[in-house]
Amino acid sequence: MAKLILSMDGLALNETVLTKERTTIGRKPHNDIQIDNLAISGEHAVVITILNDSFLEDLGSTNGTFVNGQSIKKHFLQNNDTIELGKYRLKYINEVTQQTSPADFEKTMILRPGAMSAAAEPVVTSTPAPMATASPSPAPAPMPTPAAPQQRTAPAAAAAAAPSLPLGVIQILSGGNAGRELELTKTLTTLGKPAVQVAVIARRPHGYFITHVEGAHLPIVNGKALDTQAHPLSDHDIIELAGVKMEFFLKN
Amino acid sequence: MDLSAILEIVAKTDRGVARSHNEDAVLANNALGLVVLADGMGGYNAGEVASGMATAILGTALEKRFTETAPETLEADGRFHAHTVLAEEIAKSNTAIYEAAQNQSQYAGMGTTLVAGVFFDNRLTVAHIGDSRLYRLRGGDFQQVTRDHSLLQEQIDAGLISKEQARHSQNKNLVTRALGVDPAVEAEIQTYAVVPGDIYLLCSDGLNDMVEDDEIGMTVGMLAANIGLCAEQLIQMANDNGGRDNISVILVKIRADFSVPRGWWVRFLSWFK
Repeated sequence: MAKLILSMDGLALNETVLTKERTTIGRKPHNDIQIDNLAISGEHAVVITILNDSFLEDLGSTNGTFVNGQSIKKHFLQNNDTIELGKYRLKYINEVTQQTSPADFEKTMILRPGAMSAAAEPVVTSTPAPMATASPSPAPAPMPTPAAPQQRTAPAAAAAAAPSLPLGVIQILSGGNAGRELELTKTLTTLGKPAVQVAVIARRPHGYFITHVEGAHLPIVNGKALDTQAHPLSDHDIIELAGVKMEFFLKN
Repeated sequence: MDLSAILEIVAKTDRGVARSHNEDAVLANNALGLVVLADGMGGYNAGEVASGMATAILGTALEKRFTETAPETLEADGRFHAHTVLAEEIAKSNTAIYEAAQNQSQYAGMGTTLVAGVFFDNRLTVAHIGDSRLYRLRGGDFQQVTRDHSLLQEQIDAGLISKEQARHSQNKNLVTRALGVDPAVEAEIQTYAVVPGDIYLLCSDGLNDMVEDDEIGMTVGMLAANIGLCAEQLIQMANDNGGRDNISVILVKIRADFSVPRGWWVRFLSWFK
């Protein structure tokens, strides 16, 4: 948690932890940090704290607010910034270890028995893969055109439902990646080019479904353009998306 | 300020698989940047009544008051008008639900969770009571913004149980605060900065109890281009995983900056109007 240390002439007066969203600074007694000195305006400044970030805003004070010697109206506080109000100084302390804690906190959420083995292997992407299914996730970028970030997959939902459903696979038939296969092990797999044409294939307990996500053109399945509704995929369906032909089939 | 061109909002609610009726209620007002989601509780149809009252009463009151005075107006205490109005109107709807429950025996003990947001001036003020949540996706980072008022959350905070244990807890549905069960309730109200490109998700526990947070985040990220489909997909995932409770989702996508113009020239121009 970030804090402000009030001092004058190098003498620390008090310390305020920034727990509130708005921490007010001023001469009047209702302020969170009261500085009873005529050089300080009644409502001098405010520190707005959002998650781990704090912003200092001058509230139109008579003598102004300075940070590290510069006059400011609004300032994004960094660790060790010194705020100057008249003869008083407020040091902003936000240790790095504390800044990273929410991320660590989030990571601990993912650590479940199913994810332990996956975590032991070197992690290539930051995509968390909890409840890893039996089959390994597909190699990055088995995609029609430009590659990398187009194919994002979500972790499988109901691992329990997985064994009953044969594994769906997309094989690229045309374009530069012709012949490549993409196993649909995850709940959702997006295909296509962002902002041009994107469709998503959802793996559900009773089968695979393709749905149009974005783009002026709708995906074509077996020569027929889809509507905006989810369309169930059957074995050996031919999908055309962003000019690339691909075949959907079920692997036993 | 009309926000309909700035905010893309989708609100959906679904009965789920296991329940016989839907006790959730959602409300969205695109132009005013208002979103309200409530998950009712209480026997027979009382839960529906409580959540329906909460969204209707609060929705109408907020619409009226924000049309009168802009939410970004600063109050004497330094808070935004949005904050003050949310606190006041939530207190009023609490009284209305509480009195209905007191006066009509079939509604005895009814109550509802609540999560309500007001978008204004590149900000979001959110009020919540109970275990309905607000999540935010910003630049690939998906985070839960609100903190549940639930026994489980308190146990986690106290270090009594781990998050892993919490997933299998029997106490999942025990909330420590609800709207309409006591004569007074304190909503937790916070204001956050909004960045264009952000996607906000309000949901009832029917979603986050059935679908992992990571998976919700991934779905929102992948289907960000089509939030209508995204909402349907989230509901479908919850139902595919069992759909044991009603599922409600509100998605808000921030298309552009919506800061309120300030400065002497604005005041000068308005002087001529």
